[in-house]
Amino acid sequence: MEKGNPVISAEHTAQGATWINDPKIRAILYQIAVLGIVGLLGYYLFNNTVENLKRQSIATGFGFLNKEASFEVGESLISYSAADPYIRALLVGALNTIKVSFVGIVLTIILGTFLGIARLSKNWLVSKLAAVYIEVMQDIPILLQLFFWYSFFYDILPSPGEALEPLSGIFMSNRGLVIAVPEWHPAYQYVAMAFVAGSIAVYFMRRWARIRQEQTGQPFPVFTLSIGIMTVLPAAAWLLAGAPLTMSVPELDGFNFKGGLNMSPEFAALLLGLVLYTAAFVAEIVRAGIQAVSKGQTEAAMAIGLKPGQVLSLVILPQALRVIIPPLTSQMLNLTKNSSLAVAIGFPDFVSVASTTINQTGQAIEGISLIMLVYLCFSLLTSLFMNWYNKKMALVER
Amino acid sequence: MKLSKLWLLVLAVLVALSGVAFAGPTLDNVKAKGFVQVGVNGELFGFGKPDEKGVWRGLDVDTGRAVAAAVFGDANKIKFIPLTAVQRFTALQSGEIDVLCRNATQTLGRDTELGLDFAQVNYYDGQGFLVSKKNKKVKRAKDLNGATVCVLPGTTTELNVADYFRVNKMKMKPVVIENNAELAKAFFAGRCDVLTSDASQLAGTRAVAPKPDDYVVLPDIISKEPLAPAVRHGDNQWKDIVNYAVLAMIEAEDLGIDSKNVDEQLKSTDPKVQRFLGVTPGNGKALGLDEKWAYNIVKQVGNYGEVFERSVGKNTPLQLERGLNALWKNGGLMYSPPFR
Repeated sequence: MEKGNPVISAEHTAQGATWINDPKIRAILYQIAVLGIVGLLGYYLFNNTVENLKRQSIATGFGFLNKEASFEVGESLISYSAADPYIRALLVGALNTIKVSFVGIVLTIILGTFLGIARLSKNWLVSKLAAVYIEVMQDIPILLQLFFWYSFFYDILPSPGEALEPLSGIFMSNRGLVIAVPEWHPAYQYVAMAFVAGSIAVYFMRRWARIRQEQTGQPFPVFTLSIGIMTVLPAAAWLLAGAPLTMSVPELDGFNFKGGLNMSPEFAALLLGLVLYTAAFVAEIVRAGIQAVSKGQTEAAMAIGLKPGQVLSLVILPQALRVIIPPLTSQMLNLTKNSSLAVAIGFPDFVSVASTTINQTGQAIEGISLIMLVYLCFSLLTSLFMNWYNKKMALVER
Repeated sequence: MKLSKLWLLVLAVLVALSGVAFAGPTLDNVKAKGFVQVGVNGELFGFGKPDEKGVWRGLDVDTGRAVAAAVFGDANKIKFIPLTAVQRFTALQSGEIDVLCRNATQTLGRDTELGLDFAQVNYYDGQGFLVSKKNKKVKRAKDLNGATVCVLPGTTTELNVADYFRVNKMKMKPVVIENNAELAKAFFAGRCDVLTSDASQLAGTRAVAPKPDDYVVLPDIISKEPLAPAVRHGDNQWKDIVNYAVLAMIEAEDLGIDSKNVDEQLKSTDPKVQRFLGVTPGNGKALGLDEKWAYNIVKQVGNYGEVFERSVGKNTPLQLERGLNALWKNGGLMYSPPFR
């Protein structure tokens, strides 16, 4: 549209040609026209939908959100019963999605980085094993993997009555993994506070150490000391509060275990499937990132006497991260979105709860818009955070 | 030039959209297509599932065939679309299917807010519980406190079971899997202590269990589940056709007409039979169908008793009694208004 030579058109305008020949004005006009058409189309679609729904006398609007859901949800981070409204059921679903995505992303990054480094290992066996893992996992559709892990959990593991107990206080059955956890005691509040205080102290210590090193060149054992502070402070708080140690040990009561921390087979299968699958992609991204740093950098770093650990953390990783972060973001989004496959294996994620809601209320359009809105929010938040981190990590040209 | 092309595109899109928006009444649409599209279960033995030769079998499937026989005089002018519980109503609302014969319970909410209309009930059911005999302590539904319950999402049973446990102050942990077969697999593997659904479905699921004798349906029935075919709200003629297709099967049994004697019955002197089979015309015209519509249903599909017995009756793996589904004369609920 704007390919015309600006000099010529300027002349045209100067000679009194109409304003319509001005490429700038024309460009704006085109854009207004396109925007108008898109707007009209949207309006038409909206109107048409409302009209059709009315003709079929299907209920519309979001009023159903405050109605009683009257269905149970398998697992929930917040208290929920069938007497709660739909909105709370949906919140339960959204929190479940966040739970599995968050834990999944953390584990994926750890496993993926480990695999990516293993893939580059000089040890033939290690690198080949990693390569085989990556190739196999990338090639099997995630849905199949989920079915496999789910049936693995309920087919292989025994019923709660004959649960396996590999370690004292840990029970594995087809109802999930139940772990003994310390019973709640006010002392843990102080432990948590001590942990936060420790984190703040460590933050300032690191800042101080960095400034001192930049000024005087003297290194400071930051890492060892950080670990020390983070363990000693909470431990001291725990001891001072009287060292409570009553464990909530799971016990078989009727049909199922009571007490302890329970991880359902659905959650375990979903988490395992998502992490093992996505980690294969992350491994390749990490490998690509590390290989993107030229070998000369490593050699130069070694030549000035840095230790191998320092070479990795001070020279290679900061440069590799620039390459790694953008594709890593998209893998994180993939994991979040793939978590909606939970429907197939019965984990009550957002899509699962929303589609039950759609079916019970019949309001598909509202339900689908909610699903789109929630996933859009998840994705945008992840992207925002990762873009911020990317900017922070980007190479600052000096 | 470019602009005009763009307009053309927009115009094309608008035309395409309006075509979808203003589909005509269902009967004309079905006649133009040449077949009836019926939403069925696809995985439920006795109601809607293909046999090992790929032929669809079941009570709901035959209900669909009755509609096709009424409209086209040919029970095979039909296309079955398997749907999950979560998909079924949306598929009907959006026009993907013409009639839903998928063991759907008629409720007030579905009849109104979902924009559906339910025709004559083709199976009176109630919700029950299937448990493994290994759970020796469970004799009644009241013994299920704390149980893990396998249930299909988006069903009335999902709501009923929550109500039941709430009323009786019992706790439950639901496991909801959309796919019927996957849910049954999880139950048989011991993921749940109990599978809850309509009693007929439980019989169907038990029939396909690895060892059917290891499982037992508890005696308690906790709800009313009138299973009926559904159509979109607002097309009265189409609803009448589906409604009377089911009723014709019931009326045929009531009149003693079945697929074997229907040709003899054409010579009957009973005016009720003559009206029913279209020997005396009138009923077909009233519905907008061929006068032979009821004859075609009985000839090609059979009366309700025949369909019941071959789908879910005593000689099938489901071994269900007629019970509530017997004719009114025999103490059941199957009752047809007069065909006149």
